[in-house]
Amino acid sequence: MSVTTGLFYVFSAVLLIAAFRVITARNPVHAVLFLVLTFFQAAMLWMLLKAEFLSISLVLVYVGAVMVLFLFVVMMLDVNIEGLRVGFWNHFPLAAVMGVVIALEMAAVLMGGFRVSDPTDLVPAATQISNTKALGLLMYTHYVYPLEIASAILLVGMFAAIALTLRTRKDTKHINPADQVRVKAQDRMKVIKMAATRAAVEPAPVASNAETKA
Amino acid sequence: MTLTLGHFLSLGAMLFALSVVGIFLNRRNLIVLLMAIELMLLAVNTNFIAFSHYLNDMHGQIFVFFILTVAAAESAIGLAILVLLFRNKSSINVDELNTLKG
Repeated sequence: MSVTTGLFYVFSAVLLIAAFRVITARNPVHAVLFLVLTFFQAAMLWMLLKAEFLSISLVLVYVGAVMVLFLFVVMMLDVNIEGLRVGFWNHFPLAAVMGVVIALEMAAVLMGGFRVSDPTDLVPAATQISNTKALGLLMYTHYVYPLEIASAILLVGMFAAIALTLRTRKDTKHINPADQVRVKAQDRMKVIKMAATRAAVEPAPVASNAETKA
Repeated sequence: MTLTLGHFLSLGAMLFALSVVGIFLNRRNLIVLLMAIELMLLAVNTNFIAFSHYLNDMHGQIFVFFILTVAAAESAIGLAILVLLFRNKSSINVDELNTLKG
């Protein structure tokens, strides 16, 4: 039993225990923290599979950004946990039986059917360049178009997240700064040229009016 | 005893089964449902990387990269919808989200 095999079993055990705690934790904050642990163990497993770039990016991007976003949202929402966990353990026996059946059947098939051992001793030439370089060589040649689509998906995701959560409050005295910057002096005050004195208006001839009435 | 592809695929299967159980158990809690979906994607990614390593084919790792991108966008939009939902209904209970039932 080599060191790699031992590390695989250690990482797998921690990963499965942490994943179990994610789905059963009472406090959502604890669930997110166990999810971070799960992702970290998965990154270590990917490192055993010599996928260094994806392993590091899983830690940096996923644990560093997405899980922190989860943590923010969970801490921001004031969730009534007890109401959400009514009848939680009622479903547990059935769900556990189903999960064990799924896992055992798939493991039986996969352990029997995929006895592929480590290929590095078969093809030593493939390990000449680093994993990151190999990934980049493939991604920026064959996969340029999918890469552009992926970046567009990220952009649309950002737009959607902003557009969904942005709101303007009606009850604040907030003024649009662009309008304030754009204002000019002649919009506020108008200088009118007019004479300093005005000629007196002649009173109407009252006497003639009285004559015509009579 | 050396590691084979079957070891990693079995681990992925167990993780996937655990997240299916998580979706069964936390039917009311929308946050934990999103976390279970993340776990499922992690299991699938592990399978991809294991195949990529043992079959000596880099295309699997490219695919994992794109899955990570889509998963990040998905969780960002999902959390935005969750915040919006909590702002409007003051609850994330899935049982109360029945205004679209026609």
